[in-house]
Amino acid sequence: MNFTVGEPLIDTKAPEGPIEDRWDKRRFAAKLVNPANKRKLNVIVIGTGLAGGSAAATLGELGYNVTSFCYQDTPRRAHSIAAQGGINAAKNYRGDGDSVHRLFYDTVKGGDFRARESNVYRLAQVSANIIDQAVAQGVPFAREYGGLLDTRSFGGAQVSRTFYARGQTGQQLLLGAYQALERQIAAGTVAMHTRHEMLDLIVADGRARGVIVRDMVTGEIERHLADAVVLASGGYGNVFFLSTNAKGCNTTAIWRAHRRGAMFANPCYTQIHPTCIPVSGEYQSKLTLMSESLRNDGRVWVPLRKGDDRPAGDIPDDERDYYLERIYPAFGNLVPRDIASRAAKNVCDEGRGVGPGGLGVYLDFRDAIGRLGRDAVEQKYGNLFEMYERITGEDPYSQPMRIYPAVHYTMGGLWVDYDLQSTIPGLFVIGEANFSDHGANRLGASALMQGLADGYFVLPTTIGDYLADGPYGEVDEGAVAEAEIAVRGRIARLLSVNGTRTADSYHRELGKLMWDYCGMERTEESLRKALERIPELRAEFWQNVKVSGEADELNQALERAGRVADFFDLAELMCLDALHRTESCGGHFRAESQDADGEALRDDENFAYVAAWQFQPEGGPVLHKEKLDYDYVKMSQRSYK
Amino acid sequence: MNLTLKVWRQKTPDDKGRMVKYLVQDVSPDMSFLEMLDVLNERLILEGDDPIAFDHDCREGICGMCGMVINGVAHGEQRATTTCQLHMRHFEDGATVTIEPWRAAPFPVVKDLVVDRSAFDRIIQAGGFVSVPAGSAPDAHAVPVKKDDADAAFDAATCIGCGACVAACPNGSASLFTAAKITHLGLLPQGQPERDSRAKAMVDQMDLEGFGGCTNTGECTAVCPKGIPLDTIAQMNRDYLKA
Repeated sequence: MNFTVGEPLIDTKAPEGPIEDRWDKRRFAAKLVNPANKRKLNVIVIGTGLAGGSAAATLGELGYNVTSFCYQDTPRRAHSIAAQGGINAAKNYRGDGDSVHRLFYDTVKGGDFRARESNVYRLAQVSANIIDQAVAQGVPFAREYGGLLDTRSFGGAQVSRTFYARGQTGQQLLLGAYQALERQIAAGTVAMHTRHEMLDLIVADGRARGVIVRDMVTGEIERHLADAVVLASGGYGNVFFLSTNAKGCNTTAIWRAHRRGAMFANPCYTQIHPTCIPVSGEYQSKLTLMSESLRNDGRVWVPLRKGDDRPAGDIPDDERDYYLERIYPAFGNLVPRDIASRAAKNVCDEGRGVGPGGLGVYLDFRDAIGRLGRDAVEQKYGNLFEMYERITGEDPYSQPMRIYPAVHYTMGGLWVDYDLQSTIPGLFVIGEANFSDHGANRLGASALMQGLADGYFVLPTTIGDYLADGPYGEVDEGAVAEAEIAVRGRIARLLSVNGTRTADSYHRELGKLMWDYCGMERTEESLRKALERIPELRAEFWQNVKVSGEADELNQALERAGRVADFFDLAELMCLDALHRTESCGGHFRAESQDADGEALRDDENFAYVAAWQFQPEGGPVLHKEKLDYDYVKMSQRSYK
Repeated sequence: MNLTLKVWRQKTPDDKGRMVKYLVQDVSPDMSFLEMLDVLNERLILEGDDPIAFDHDCREGICGMCGMVINGVAHGEQRATTTCQLHMRHFEDGATVTIEPWRAAPFPVVKDLVVDRSAFDRIIQAGGFVSVPAGSAPDAHAVPVKKDDADAAFDAATCIGCGACVAACPNGSASLFTAAKITHLGLLPQGQPERDSRAKAMVDQMDLEGFGGCTNTGECTAVCPKGIPLDTIAQMNRDYLKA
């Protein structure tokens, strides 16, 4: 796959001036919509996670006519629900020196200087409002005996700014947004369509004007028109087949929009989480994350000797390699996610991994139990130990846990400007589906913050500026019909192949290929191999996939096949993006670009830009570069030695 | 290990439905229950058969999408566990396992093991929220909340809306689900202004959907993956009577 370089991309909506004033300036400059006119303006929202759920509810509250879609049977199940740790906010309730500026600084630095300063600053400003909003909704955050909110610290920060609801913060925040959404459904401002999947975007006269969706119960193909479309369809980690994402998470909504003209930014930025339960067999359908907090007391090790298959307890201390403590004496087991993940991969590549297939390392609580007592460890981590035991059948109190890194989050996504509008006018993208705020690496507890900032506070303001010029009138029937025909054609084609392999088996193979060649460590060689192999596998898929059943019924095999088809195309773009970015940064580690200590080495001179890819039907994509400037945070190299 | 499955197959909501027998071989004890079904479905697709439709998503016990009655018990016999977190090591080699959908009139079968639980959403629509538009909230520390209240509210708020309580109840009651939300919001100061109207509207909607009454059998809390306590129902009844 080749590409060409096009015109630089400029964010025309980002205000100038002191960074503290930019969001205020933009809010004031944004046109307002007369309350009486809001009813006449239709907005479609795809997805009901933290971003989509909060956006649909808020737009409904403002009086817009909202139509919302989700593929689950109810909006309350979107995958935001699985977030465990917490949500960051610059409240400084601890008086420990936190501030909007510090949260901004930590996020820009944590993102390895590949995020936009203006966006990140706004995120930090809005963060405090999110906590207020959630508390008022009845989100039961953890509290102290004085009745005030408790916070904890998280990776990449030296202050305690993470608000949490036990290990279920995502669930509680999502239920808050869901309840606000249900309130609007009852009020008649939001029409909710569950078990519906977006299969194409309708673009007419250069504007996003609607979507083609499939009713997943009846198979009916429906067209829905609007004055603006908001995509909040989440990330694309499932391109790896095995990830911590929910089974249904997919790229189809954003990929279809990309094919219609929305640029895709930084697709190669993937976050790999170091503490997940390892794969146990070929049948494995997904991976489960174990909260990172375990690394506070657990010690990570592998046997010193290759192929040492004695039970962990029989290996004496001097034959164990506590490799994180050895390589990173200052941070030890608490190095950031990307570093811990890569170190685990390295020792497994050396043949020192443990468990089935040698793809695991020990996370050992023996010393913590000896030091603190079993009860104290149980109090801190009881629910996690139980979850581990349930899945593996092993007791982590008597033998060390086995962990391995897994794909967890994707920082890349559709390119958006400061208004969260994509390169298609009228198409807005929020939450994990856009690329905007995390740069090349997201800090823990920042995904929930960004989703809700976008949905409750940013989008409802900025979309008004676009809608103020509406309603946009009749939608060209030709454009609608063309999109609908394309969708029907794809479905018919998938059903007609009638080959010998299931969509899942292709997805598994694609995922393995991506993990091996475009995973934790990428090289020019591995990426070129992937770029050669993906088109072959895709061609085979289209000639040999087997999808049973019919188009006009509940057909889960068909749903999967359609998603896998889009993952193939996305995978190719991810590898191309990873290949062109010859530097290492955050979650993108190019083996050719490391310092003497084996750490990620950025190349600011050549790569301090957002890579936004424009789809072309022929001749490969066009790369548009958006230059990144750092006026408030000085660019520096990370070190955790 | 090898298992015999007896699975409820029903093509459409109007289809009468029936149990169908499948033999599954070489099941690994480390597989999850849903992975065992995945393997069977892969085989069915290649044989040109319709795979068994079932709901699932996060597969880590939190989204509430999965749910089957396994050997007569909602989510299977392991306590406080969703179907997706149930693993095959809890089954004996050679066993026969029956798998059925939730059975309750307000949860009509859509296909095979997939049911329509939208009645739960309508109960929430009736009043399961605090009316606070985005941007209108006071500072989060403006109203302190007693830790005990916050913790108890949290315990009720962990409901995942899976519907196992309804499936297990001999009366098909949604009391545990409805009570969990009424209790969650009713325990917090933020939920007080609408406390009475919320309880009344949600209970009325629950009745309107056709869920049965509660006779305190406790089957609901026994199968609840999140262990929502039965005394939430007493709280709901108190709030309802007061309203």
